[in-house]
Amino acid sequence: MAQPKEVIKEKSMVLQKEMLAKQFHDLSTAKESGKKVVYTFVPGNLTELILSFDMLPVYPEINALQSGMRKKSASYIKDAEKMGFSEDVCTYVKCDIGMMLNGNIGPTGEKLPDPDLLLLSYTGCFTFMKWFENLERLYPGVPVAMLHTPYQEDGQITDDQVQYMVKQLKEEVIPKMEQVSGKKYNHDRLSKMMENSARSEDLLVNVLESAKRVPTPIDAYFAGVYYIGPIFTAFRGTEEAVEYYSELWNEVQQRIQLGLGPITPEGELKEEKFRLVMEGPPNWTNFREFWKIFYDMGAVIVASSYTKVGGVYDLGFRHEPDKPLESLSKYCMGCYTNMNLPQRVGMLEQYVKEYKADGFLINSIKSCNSFSAGQLMIMREIEQRTGVPVGFIESDLVDPRYFSYANIKNRLESYFQMLEQRKIILAQEGTTV
Amino acid sequence: MKHFDDILSYCEKAAFDLNFTLAKNWKKEKQDRVLVGYLPIYVPREIIHAANGLPVGIMGAGDRKQIIKGDAYYQSYICHLPRGIIEMALDTNLNDFDGFLFPAICDCIRNLSGMFKLSRKGKFQRYFDYPQNFDPAIGGAFYSQEMEKVMDDIYRINGIKVTNEKLNYAIKLYNRNRKLIEEIYRIRQEFPWRLSAVETYHILRAGITMPVEEHNEILSQVVEAISEERGEPMDNIRVVVTGSFCEQPPIGLIKSIEMAGCYIVDDDFMQGSRWILGDIQDDTNEPLKALTDAYINQSTFASAYYDVGNPKGKRLVELVRSRNGDGVIFCAASFCDPALLDRPMMQKECDEAGIPHINFQFHENTGQFKVIKEQAGTFSDSIKLWV
Repeated sequence: MAQPKEVIKEKSMVLQKEMLAKQFHDLSTAKESGKKVVYTFVPGNLTELILSFDMLPVYPEINALQSGMRKKSASYIKDAEKMGFSEDVCTYVKCDIGMMLNGNIGPTGEKLPDPDLLLLSYTGCFTFMKWFENLERLYPGVPVAMLHTPYQEDGQITDDQVQYMVKQLKEEVIPKMEQVSGKKYNHDRLSKMMENSARSEDLLVNVLESAKRVPTPIDAYFAGVYYIGPIFTAFRGTEEAVEYYSELWNEVQQRIQLGLGPITPEGELKEEKFRLVMEGPPNWTNFREFWKIFYDMGAVIVASSYTKVGGVYDLGFRHEPDKPLESLSKYCMGCYTNMNLPQRVGMLEQYVKEYKADGFLINSIKSCNSFSAGQLMIMREIEQRTGVPVGFIESDLVDPRYFSYANIKNRLESYFQMLEQRKIILAQEGTTV
Repeated sequence: MKHFDDILSYCEKAAFDLNFTLAKNWKKEKQDRVLVGYLPIYVPREIIHAANGLPVGIMGAGDRKQIIKGDAYYQSYICHLPRGIIEMALDTNLNDFDGFLFPAICDCIRNLSGMFKLSRKGKFQRYFDYPQNFDPAIGGAFYSQEMEKVMDDIYRINGIKVTNEKLNYAIKLYNRNRKLIEEIYRIRQEFPWRLSAVETYHILRAGITMPVEEHNEILSQVVEAISEERGEPMDNIRVVVTGSFCEQPPIGLIKSIEMAGCYIVDDDFMQGSRWILGDIQDDTNEPLKALTDAYINQSTFASAYYDVGNPKGKRLVELVRSRNGDGVIFCAASFCDPALLDRPMMQKECDEAGIPHINFQFHENTGQFKVIKEQAGTFSDSIKLWV
């Protein structure tokens, strides 16, 4: 039997691994160290605000995806289904509840602490609300702070909406944080963190936009999910995040100088054959297999919507130190799944054009209506507006029952053949793709 | 008064007229009238009425329309309701509608609002956001702004400004509508054999397709008719059906539950028409505030709404008690995240209260009811024999 190939790691990856190890260690010792723990969500998170009270954030959907990658999710989901949760519903929720029922052991093997505050700051996903109603009952007596993020119904963020959110922050969220942490709100500290946020955001955008180069030095989806890790979770606003993104950007610049392609688990992608824009989250249970189908075929993702669920920084948003609460509000409302469908289509269309994509692909997730409902219409719109071939595959976030390797591979191979054929035809017609 | 059977037939026809003939005929009578379609669950219909509009409930195509195009817009793991609605929009069913409201209840309905925007159906397509903050000064203010946006949408079409007088008048009409509906439920609670759940459903669903004035007339006649003895009491158990607040179960399913020996003494089928509990103040100088206060303080419960400080499970138990119910049937649409994610919590509340329950899932176009009938029949028998 062939030995599995050793995964190639760059310095930024090692740095991120160390950051995560420390984070989970801090969480596992939170009760001893007296740190308060806040459960919250990635899209529309208030990380800087949480950290400004010296509290530690926990993101249940990150726990769920980590469980998926560690092959634990199947049994967690089954345990939740035994409690009465339907097969039909979001598997992140079931995975998280199953993990809790099994001792709440985090990705590093250490136990995660119970929450001191449930911060229901949710953006673009109703299921988050149901998720926390369940957690509220599973952790009776833990205070809940609700931050309602209005949807970008008109395709814009209005002053009224910002004021509504700021009022909620001032009168609902911050008082509960003060109560739980025993500390007063510190405007200056929050502002200072937001300077770090904006610096990290600038660097992340540099990294993501490097994929406009042909060939691209990065994969903006499979590798992209690692790039967004620190800024979408517990590190936005910290010096560590700035250091990580500085290192990452240096590495990408070096790759550009050396003319290197994106890194895959099996080394550098030598030949870029297809450039794709991807819509929808990845599958986590078979992440490596899924990725391998692409790089084996020379396909690289140059832009993706999933890497915008925790902030659409490439469209210009930055956290503003001068008005931290207003800025947090705009951040929450600006995240990808809080954008209406015409906005999403507009952004994806722009990606296809600006990133010189050969095709547009949707990975439709059974669990995630926030993404999935309407995707078939998005696909038609992109096809009509850009003329690139579109593809559609289906899987799930963390339920391995919905990842059919053979079906997905078959579909992708057909899709890549179509792209190949199109390239040949366009070349014969003398058209540049 | 019309013959009662004629009223029932009229309502049945109106309830499932997917061309919305009554509403479209109403619009034709005057130039400045507008039709505003709304999806489940609730919108404050009063503001549309006061702007010379007719709010028309669009509850899906059910099992009355073959879905061909709609299936091409939705994956198999998304509930059935939106594919029926897209089918209607792509056909001629929703022609003549001026605008559409998509209440904030789940990601599917929310994204459907975007699909209507992309398809340019109607003159406006508005996602109607609800505050999840229930402080009148914060969430209440937000809710008022949401209503004002709808009034502005209609104003841009017909130029009609909503006055306090018009809004108070509309509130009065809808207060009467809700009061009459609750009176029907009260009578049925005591004498469930006088009006079947299917007949009740037809009467309520018809109401969202016609002017409220006409529906109030019908409801008055229904109340009058069922105030007298009608039908025969049966040895049935009394159940509350919950979880069908959005996608509506097919009539065959409701009928199967009844035929299996269950009186449905309360339900959430047409919940939008019963959303506000009690009257809304109809004589103030701030009728918009009255509507807001009612939403904040007098809303019923549903899985699609955050239940801060007032858990749904407890409210369900209270409802079962107040209706003298024997059990609960959890009856949710397949792939309905809100209902299905709530179900374990609500079942636990029922267990703790000693209330028996069963559950099943449906699609609006489910065609096989044998299993459901057997399940409900066994449930009924078990309660009659053992509880």
